[in-house]
Amino acid sequence: MSEATRAIEAVWRIESARLIAGLARMVRDVGLAEDLAQDALVAALEKWPAAGVPENPGAWLMATAKNRAIDRMRREKTYERKREEIARDTGVLFAMERSDFEAAADDEIGDDLLALIFTCCHPLLSREARVALTLRLLGGLTTAEIARAFLASEATTAQRLVRAKRALREAKVPFEVPRGAELDERLPSVLEVIYLIFNEGYAASGGEEWVRRDLCEEALRLGRVLAELAPGQPEAHGLIALLEIQASRLNARRGAGGEPVLLLDQDRGRWDPLLIVRGLRALERAEELPGPMGPYGLQAAIAACHARALRAEETDWVRIAALYDVLAQVQPSAVVELNRAVAVGMVFGPEAGLAVLDEIAEEKALAGYHLLPSVRGDLLARMGRDEEAADEFKRAADLASNQRERELLLRRAEGDG
Amino acid sequence: MRFMMFMYPEIEEKDWNPSAEAVEAMSRYNEELRKAGMLLGLDGLQPPSEGGVVGFDGAGKATVTDGPFAEAKEVVGGYWLIQARSKEEALEWASRCPGERCRIEVRRVFEMEDFPEDVQAAVEENFGG
Repeated sequence: MSEATRAIEAVWRIESARLIAGLARMVRDVGLAEDLAQDALVAALEKWPAAGVPENPGAWLMATAKNRAIDRMRREKTYERKREEIARDTGVLFAMERSDFEAAADDEIGDDLLALIFTCCHPLLSREARVALTLRLLGGLTTAEIARAFLASEATTAQRLVRAKRALREAKVPFEVPRGAELDERLPSVLEVIYLIFNEGYAASGGEEWVRRDLCEEALRLGRVLAELAPGQPEAHGLIALLEIQASRLNARRGAGGEPVLLLDQDRGRWDPLLIVRGLRALERAEELPGPMGPYGLQAAIAACHARALRAEETDWVRIAALYDVLAQVQPSAVVELNRAVAVGMVFGPEAGLAVLDEIAEEKALAGYHLLPSVRGDLLARMGRDEEAADEFKRAADLASNQRERELLLRRAEGDG
Repeated sequence: MRFMMFMYPEIEEKDWNPSAEAVEAMSRYNEELRKAGMLLGLDGLQPPSEGGVVGFDGAGKATVTDGPFAEAKEVVGGYWLIQARSKEEALEWASRCPGERCRIEVRRVFEMEDFPEDVQAAVEENFGG
């Protein structure tokens, strides 16, 4: 790739989301908006290498995309067309002539971007489709990059994107930011998509390391953008707080052999203090807003308890146990109960922790999850029930997918470590 | 990836304090970086006379030199720490800065995995656990 092409690509990554959002407001169709934006990119790739990047590349791309739109419609009009389509296009042309991208106020651009986020994360789309569309239209990733990130083939990913855009068009999903009760209903889907992107990068399984780090960073970027665009939503701040704090541990969560290192065993000197500070600040913003804390805010508050402890022994387990109690009510799940058992075991002793675990022993969601017997073994060992503990650690070792982790658990089964 | 953008103003120390208009333009730029989710941190720096320099000779001996300094050509006036997806993107952001008579140097920050394994191990041994 030439230097000029790389520079254009950089401009594209910065401008594409705003460009597509502005165009979608005019043409009311994110798929068409993306096509028009792509046309403008192709024009830039033709013109800029010789002429140089213009002073205001965003405005140049928008003007070019608008001209392409008008050309397209004029060309299509030579064919016989349904009357309603012509009526729609006339309205679009009218809107285009009136709208002036350069004069658009900051909040207008922000509104368009937010509408684009909500449209990409629309609940009528599958999770996979929402994630792919968000990375494509808001992150400016290519189809190949999205495919690589999710270990899917390029053809499958391309199909998924095409289908998602068609589904939005056919359902005539309005391009707008939902208000009131509808906003409350649809925000969780947006938060979930950003969280899924982050987790895809954060999870210890498969894939190239740099791709995973890029995904985490993109999720962080999207989370920050969302928190700026929707500053009154406590969960938007809660989510970014959680992600910043989790990302602060990126360098510490794997050992020299690539095995996952549990939170309490991590070298805290390798946690990123900058991201911790950012996470704590975002958490403060979430807590300052009226209303009860949501699941992301609560998880961020728990993560913050760990982040504030300079050494594992200084962890405020009482507060963590209390937060898990609330989280278990707001968003009950077997995994939350498992974590609550750990916290309760730390505060009230292993017997109390074991009592929590007994409640979820038969949970289907945890079947095959190695951390369930591993936590159980840990609690039993603390109670001096070594034989039972050894059985649990062996069971956990059988279930663990990572070789190093398996070895670690087997060592514990032998009473070591 | 993270990049540091160092701003080198080409001005005399007596002109160090920027005008209200310059500050306003810069605030708009910073806001744009923040809204794009790219900004991790930033600071404007006081003139060199408010600081000092510690130099080290070949034997590692430190010598402190207090400000003000007679010749100060390459003086950092402030910095941004940003997250970007490529060097080109960081350079594009830097070129959007409303600067006048200044230079911005863009430098990529070392990440742990950029270091060879023996360096990573040294970090782990000396500062770990």
